Amino acid sequence: MHVADNSAAATPPALVARGVRVRLGGHEILHGVDFDAHHGQAVAVMGGNGSGKSTLVRAVVGAIPSTAETIEVFGEPRSRKHAHRVGYVPQRMGAGSGVSATALEVVTSGLLGAGRLRPPRGARARALAALEDLGVEAQAHKDVSTLSGGQQQRVLIARAMVREPELLILDEPMAGVDVPSQEALAAALQRKRDAGGAVVIVLHELGALASLIDHAVVLEHGCVTHVGEPPRALGVHALPGHDHDHAHTDVPEPPASPFAWEVRK
Amino acid sequence: MSLLTDPIVQRMLLVAIMVGATAPIVGTYLVHRRMALLGDGIGHVALAGVAAGWLAGSWAGLAQKDALAIPGAIVFAITGAVVIERMRARGIAAADVIMAIMFYGGIASGVLLISMAGGSNANLMGYLFGSISTVSWDDVWVTVIMAVIILVIGLGLRPALFAVTHDQEFAFSTGLPVGALNMVVAVLSAVTITASMRVVGVLLVSGLMILPVAISQLITRSFSKTMTFAMVIGVVLCVTGVGITLFHNLQPGALIVVLGVLLYVVVASGVALLKKHRHRRDSAALRADLRDQEASA
Repeated sequence: MHVADNSAAATPPALVARGVRVRLGGHEILHGVDFDAHHGQAVAVMGGNGSGKSTLVRAVVGAIPSTAETIEVFGEPRSRKHAHRVGYVPQRMGAGSGVSATALEVVTSGLLGAGRLRPPRGARARALAALEDLGVEAQAHKDVSTLSGGQQQRVLIARAMVREPELLILDEPMAGVDVPSQEALAAALQRKRDAGGAVVIVLHELGALASLIDHAVVLEHGCVTHVGEPPRALGVHALPGHDHDHAHTDVPEPPASPFAWEVRK
Repeated sequence: MSLLTDPIVQRMLLVAIMVGATAPIVGTYLVHRRMALLGDGIGHVALAGVAAGWLAGSWAGLAQKDALAIPGAIVFAITGAVVIERMRARGIAAADVIMAIMFYGGIASGVLLISMAGGSNANLMGYLFGSISTVSWDDVWVTVIMAVIILVIGLGLRPALFAVTHDQEFAFSTGLPVGALNMVVAVLSAVTITASMRVVGVLLVSGLMILPVAISQLITRSFSKTMTFAMVIGVVLCVTGVGITLFHNLQPGALIVVLGVLLYVVVASGVALLKKHRHRRDSAALRADLRDQEASA
């Protein structure tokens, strides 16, 4: 099921980033990171806490300001006109949620974008289909804040998927997610990759996604330290509730601090 | 019924309905973004605008000294809203610190400006606590214009404003004009506050924006239903409050807000009781099931 390499040769890469730098609060977090994503491939952005892996994808999608020599999306400099071909799944629900919102409302908001301030025709059906793809259609009319962590994550992925993106970027989609949700997520990402989409996943551990990942980019202290084969799957580490109480000897890069690879709760 | 043919009563009720329906629209966005106090910040700045308008009126030698008070409030409120939003967006200061500066700065400069205009704090009272019984037909028309602006933009842009207030980071990634939409929320807040100022006054205006949303939130699950239901609650509160003051000599603005707080307490207690009842019923059913299983085993 690997359609990747042919399509990558025919079309420009989904994403080419060169020399990405991010300064936050007076500190440079990313020191000129290079990074590519190709159609039909899944690339993992890995690293310990504070390595800058989330900052990198947030910069690439324009959620935080950054400077770069190049950020090209689908062969052209990144701009709002390409945003409709990109789907982004942030780590958590945003700052909102002071007021209840249903899963359907959240997913429908994924159909908006540059020049589209109201949902298109058939938005409801498309949003329901996206929820069904992730196996959370029964939650469509429930308040998202009452859903489990795994269900919330599936709703966020449905919100990105409803855009039918050619470039899908996810920030730690497996953090705090139950096993059935992990399987549903892995299956959805597999379908996206096999359909020729470019998938970028920020990951702490390969875990349930090990079979999906084609390449890995490993960051440490805001610099790339490894590009290529993904580091060997670490099995139980990515499972929810895993208690991390032993030293690592098999990670691609040593952690910056004893707590750097701690599983996020 | 003869009351309803009295033009003063007609004007009061018209303004009450419009303000009651529109204030919760912006309130819903503010509560969702966890900026419920923004209305207070802008309200205090609007008070300085009232005093500045008064001062301008007295300098210009106008017969009616407060003729420029409402225009002054509109200009100050919108400017204040834009400044707050820019400071927040650029991370110049934390939102609560910006609010604090607006509270003290607005009240202090309001009092200072009114004394420069040769007025007294008593002149500000009508704006601090509202004076719905003094609205003229001109005021009604100004309120109509503001209400239409809030309804058209606040409801028309609801999907986009929801997206931005719900998850700004995701909104950026979709290409939505996040900065402009945040500014729309800020400016709509300013318009709402100047429109509601006549009914409840700047000190209580935020109550009219937030309380109906807080009540509605207790019983709804979706964003759009929360907003719609809050608008209904807003109208009911305003009309009830104004209606009561027709028969009893009470301050309408304060009465509306107190009615809102009472309704919140009643609904919140009702919801809590209902949950407790459901929980008891469910656990009783569970115990009965267990007994049945034991009996059959």
